Amino acid sequence: MGTRRRFRRMKRNIPLHVMMIPGIIIVLIYCYIPMIGNVIAFQDFTPLMGFAKAEWVGLDNFQYMMELPSFYQVVWNTVFISIMKIVSGLVAPITVALMLNEVRKSFIKRYVQTVIYMPHFFSWVILGGIVVDILSPSEGLINQIIKAVGFQPISFLSDNTWFPYVMVITNEWKEVGFSTIIYLAALTSIDPTQYEAAVIDGAGRWKQTWHVTLPGIRPTIILLACLSLGNVLNGGFDQVFNMYSPVVYESGDILDTLVYRIGLVDNNYSVATAVGLVKSVVSLVLIGAGYGLAYRFAKYRIF
Amino acid sequence: MLSKKYRFFLIVNAFLLLLLTVACLFPILNVLAISFSSKAAVSAGQVSIWPVDFTLKSYDYVFNNVSFLTSFIVSIKRVILGVGINMVLSVLVAYPLSKEAQDFGSRTWYAWFFVFTMLFGAGLIPGFLVVKETGIMDSIWALVLPGAIPVFNVLLIMNYMRTLPKALEESSFMDGAGHFRTLWTVYLPLTLPSLATVALFSLVAHWNAWFDGMIYMNRPEHYPLSTYLQSLLQFDSMNQTNMSLEQAKMMQFVSNRTARAAQIFVSALPILLIYPFFQRYFVKGLVVGSVKG
Repeated sequence: MGTRRRFRRMKRNIPLHVMMIPGIIIVLIYCYIPMIGNVIAFQDFTPLMGFAKAEWVGLDNFQYMMELPSFYQVVWNTVFISIMKIVSGLVAPITVALMLNEVRKSFIKRYVQTVIYMPHFFSWVILGGIVVDILSPSEGLINQIIKAVGFQPISFLSDNTWFPYVMVITNEWKEVGFSTIIYLAALTSIDPTQYEAAVIDGAGRWKQTWHVTLPGIRPTIILLACLSLGNVLNGGFDQVFNMYSPVVYESGDILDTLVYRIGLVDNNYSVATAVGLVKSVVSLVLIGAGYGLAYRFAKYRIF
Repeated sequence: MLSKKYRFFLIVNAFLLLLLTVACLFPILNVLAISFSSKAAVSAGQVSIWPVDFTLKSYDYVFNNVSFLTSFIVSIKRVILGVGINMVLSVLVAYPLSKEAQDFGSRTWYAWFFVFTMLFGAGLIPGFLVVKETGIMDSIWALVLPGAIPVFNVLLIMNYMRTLPKALEESSFMDGAGHFRTLWTVYLPLTLPSLATVALFSLVAHWNAWFDGMIYMNRPEHYPLSTYLQSLLQFDSMNQTNMSLEQAKMMQFVSNRTARAAQIFVSALPILLIYPFFQRYFVKGLVVGSVKG
């Protein structure tokens, strides 16, 4: 290619660079500077002194973190809740999508979709408020039903055995419908002639589902399973924060809520940053691995 | 002709799905019914999904609350400003990124620059400190600027733009237009379905966001509605000390629980109102946007 032409194209591309300037400035200030700001995890940082004058303390904050009596419990809670969410977040939407796919009356299908997509768009403040109300041991609807059938009321949100499962179930309530969208899209792209061929081979509905439908959406399932790997340390801050209380810290306290309390309630910025940094670094590795697997098995690229 | 067995399966399947929708709606309808019922009926445990002793007193109570109305206005300001900024910046970033790497050599670098922020979270505390240092604490900018570039939305718009034929751009250049003009007159009109989806996502996100309001706003009168609601639900929603005389009078009809329920619904109402229009767009916008160009 001639230098002249290259130069002309470079000149024409100047506006493309200009367009990105505002976006780049914002991302630099509010994403990249905070990333560098993680250095306070290695300092004894106080807001009055600032970064520059703070004393460097090496790995002291990380050591302090490891010695927190609740640290391992919190890591376990986070992983336990998130893995249950990941597994149910794959199984439930696939099941519902397969069921929706079998519905023949389109108005039923549309009605079901309209209803189950909806909770996705409410915040955990709203949904949490609803859950707290219906699960209330004294007045909540669920416990009224439990009492009516003759059992003792259960305080779901202040009981350490129940709390993680309530997180998983209410999370499914919010997300199951919305997560079916991608599977339904994958289902429509299955070639109908495959079903015809299966029928000729004498396959019934179950066999068609097993041998045509499921293999048809397998790439999508694998892709989403790989990408969900990055969420292993995400217990769901908004959800937990709006439903937990000190009595369920033992089973419900997760890394993000711990960071919040150490940092913004107790104002121990450096330790909170250290915990957050560990989470971010491990998550980066997991997300990287997830994208790597997704590329390998499903030829997925981010952009 | 459908076989008997298959017809039976269809009925069971439809029945199970309808059951799912009932389970999904039941908690929402229960709290809605509580908000329209009287204090006495609610505390007697008579309310399931239909209001008992219908009354609007709880809503009256909510709308008589000055802080509720102030935070409603903060939320509206935030949504207008936030969605506007999100859209302008996302389009300006998505358009250059939608070019092929052979035409726009720096594309890959720029794309990684933005995508990396999705892979590595800077963390709560450093982000908080930067907002503090940039002097936007306690102002509406603290709710709008840190998330001004939603990278996921940028990728949706970018992927949608990549599905458009390249000939469009070439013919626009032939007519002597530059990139800004091409974006404005050729790409924007064609990208509208995707922009509608993204704008609605951004609207819902801004309306629902509560945590930033909680940590960046020092004074409760600067809280957006979600943050205000969150603080109410977290603590006691009926703080006797800052109650107006009118509200105190209403206490004989309204309980903590019915007032909470009404507040939940007023906050959810805007989402419920736009949802029917929204639903038409988001499925299409999402699916097309996720297809790789």
